[in-house]
Amino acid sequence: MLNFKADLKVMGLPFTLVALITLSLVPLAQAQTPAEKGLEIANAAQAFDEGFTDFTADMNMILKTQKGDTSTRMIRIKTLEVENDGDKSLSIFDEPADVKGTAMLTYTHGLEPDDQWLFLPALKKVKRINSRNKSGPFMGSTFAFEDLGSQEVEKYRYQYLTEETCGDWNCYVVERKPAYKKSGYTKQIAWIDTEAYRLVKIEFYDRKKSLLKTLESSEFKIYVGKHWRPAVMNMVNHQNGKSTLLEWSNYQFKTGLSDRDFRAESLKRLK
Amino acid sequence: MVAYSGLVSGVDFSANVAAEAKFFSQSASGSDQLNDNLTVSLEPQWSGDWGDGDDSWSTKLFLRADNKDSERNHFDLREFYWLHLNGDSEFRLGINTLFWGVTESQHLVDVVNQIDQVEGIDGEDKLGQPMIQFKHYEDWGVVDLLLLPGFRERTFQSINGRPRTPLLVDTNAVQYQSSEGQSHIDYAFRYSQTIDELDLGLTWFKGTNREPILSSAVNSNGQAVLIPTYNQMTQLGLDLQVIIEDWTWKLELIHRETNADSFEASTVGFEYTFYRLLNSDIDVGTLVEYSYDNRSLSKRGVFDRDLLLGARLAFNDSQSTNMLIGIVIDTEKRSQTFKIEGNRRLNDNWKGTIEVQTFSKIDGNDVLASFSRDDYLLLELTRYF
Repeated sequence: MLNFKADLKVMGLPFTLVALITLSLVPLAQAQTPAEKGLEIANAAQAFDEGFTDFTADMNMILKTQKGDTSTRMIRIKTLEVENDGDKSLSIFDEPADVKGTAMLTYTHGLEPDDQWLFLPALKKVKRINSRNKSGPFMGSTFAFEDLGSQEVEKYRYQYLTEETCGDWNCYVVERKPAYKKSGYTKQIAWIDTEAYRLVKIEFYDRKKSLLKTLESSEFKIYVGKHWRPAVMNMVNHQNGKSTLLEWSNYQFKTGLSDRDFRAESLKRLK
Repeated sequence: MVAYSGLVSGVDFSANVAAEAKFFSQSASGSDQLNDNLTVSLEPQWSGDWGDGDDSWSTKLFLRADNKDSERNHFDLREFYWLHLNGDSEFRLGINTLFWGVTESQHLVDVVNQIDQVEGIDGEDKLGQPMIQFKHYEDWGVVDLLLLPGFRERTFQSINGRPRTPLLVDTNAVQYQSSEGQSHIDYAFRYSQTIDELDLGLTWFKGTNREPILSSAVNSNGQAVLIPTYNQMTQLGLDLQVIIEDWTWKLELIHRETNADSFEASTVGFEYTFYRLLNSDIDVGTLVEYSYDNRSLSKRGVFDRDLLLGARLAFNDSQSTNMLIGIVIDTEKRSQTFKIEGNRRLNDNWKGTIEVQTFSKIDGNDVLASFSRDDYLLLELTRYF
C-alpha cells in the first residue's frame, strides 16, 4: 500500500485524489485476501531477520535409515548476506573422510537459477555445476538442495490458511507454492510463530500432491539480540521412512566475512 | 607462550591407504609384462596456517608399492608449498598441482603439471611441479602468473608394466631441445572470468613441452627402446563453459607451436542431465564430446578424431554411489575404448572403487595398438584417516 501511494506522488497526482484513492483502499486493506496476508507474513519474516551481515556455523548431519542405521556428515557453513539478492554461502565438508576438503559455493538468487561451484580436492578442480534442478537429495539425506538454500520471499506464492498453537507459541499457518522452476514440490505448509517469525515446521507435498516430508525445528536460540536460529532440525520422509537430523553448533554472527571469502577461484585454497 | 600458541594453529593431518588389484582378461602381448597385480598406495597430507590465516603451508605425499613394475614402485611430492594472502592477491612458493580446463575426454589446456603416467593412462594423475605463483583477483577477472623452475619428466612403466608402450621407454636416454635440459625455466599465464553462466579461461605457456616425442632407437645395452625427447613449446589455450538451461556446453581449444610443428587441437561437447529418473533419486547425465587435432596423421595425439559418448550416474544415496560409463570411438581409425568407473562409500572410513577398461577394434597403426590385449578389471579399496 505504501509503495502504491509513493508511486502516485511521483506521478504528481493532486493530493486530494491521492487521499480519495487511499480512502477507498482502506476497506480493501481490512478485507485482506489470504494471498496478501501470506505474502505480508513472508515479508515480515524476511525483514525480521535482515541485517545479520554474515554468520558461520558447524552442522552435523545424521542420516537415519528406516532400520535405524545412521551415518554422519560434518559440514562447516559460512554465509554472507547480500542486499537485494540471495545470500552467498559456502559449505566445507569435514566428514565422511572420503569427501574431506570438498567445498560447495552457492550464490543464491530469487527466481533466477543459483550459481554453484564444487571444489574436488583429489583433482584440485573447481567445477561449475548446473544448479537448475534442486529437487535431488543433498549428500544422500532427506534434505533436497532446494530445502537448504536461502529462502527469498519471491521464491514462493503464498496463501494464509489459519492461526493455531504450535508448542509453546502461536503460529501462522501459511501455504507456499514454489514459484521457481523444477521444484520437487507442489506445495509446502509452513508454521511460523507470530512473535519472532521462527519457522517451526514445514510439510512438503510431492508432485503427486501427497505428503512427502515434514521438517521440524527446535531449540531456537537468539544471536546478537535479534537473529533466531534452531539448534536442531529433523526432516522425516514419510514415504520411505528415512530421516535426517541436523545439529547446529558454534553459531557466530558478524564475523567480518566479505565477498573475498566467497570466490570460486579461492576454493582451491580453503582449509 | 600464550601469544605464541595463539599465532600458530594446529597441524591438520589426513591420509588414505589404498589396495589396488588389477586383473587382465588376456595374457600380455609382451612376455616380460605382468599379468594380475596387487599394489598398495599411501597418500598422507599435512597443512597448517599461522598469523590470521594469511600464511599457510601444505604438504601432500604420494607413494605406491608395486612389486612387479619397478617404475610404478615410486613416490612423489604432490604439494609442498607456502601460501601468503594479501588482500586480493595470493603468493605461493613451492611444489603444487594445478588443474585447468573443463572437458572430460582429454585436458588440452592443462599443461603446467607433468602426467604421472605410471599411475594411469588417462592422464588424471599428475606430478607436483615446483612453482612461484602470483594470483590476483579483480572485478574484471582473475590473473595467474607462474614461474616454473625445474622440469619433471613423464613417468613410464618398466618393461614389466602393463599397459605400456610397445617398447620400453628408456628414460635414462632422455633428450631435450633446450641445452638447459631440466633446468629450463618455464612461464605460464592464466586469465579467468565468470560472466553470469559463462566461465572462461585464457592461458599462455612458454617452456618445455610436457608431452615427449617418443622415437625408436637402440640404447647403449643394444636394446630396442623408445627415447623421449622434450622440445620447447609456446601454447595459447582457451577454455569455456556455458550453462544454457539444462545444457552445459564445454570447449577447450589450443594453438601449440614447437620446432616440429604448429597446430590447433580442440575438444568440444556438452552435458545434459536427466534428474531423478523415473521418480527415483538417480540422476543420469549424458556426456558427448568430440576431439579434433589438425596435425598430419603420423604426428597426432590419441584424441585426434575421437568421439566420447558417456553417462554419469549419481545414485544420490547415503553411500554416494556413482558411476561413469564412457566409450571413445576414433571416427577415422574405428578403434574403441570402453570404460566404466564406479565408486561407493562402504562406511565412514572405507570406499570401494571398480574400474573396467576394454580396447576393441584397435588398428595396428593406432597409438593404442600396444594396449589391444590389455582389457582389465580394477578393484580398489581405500581406507581414509
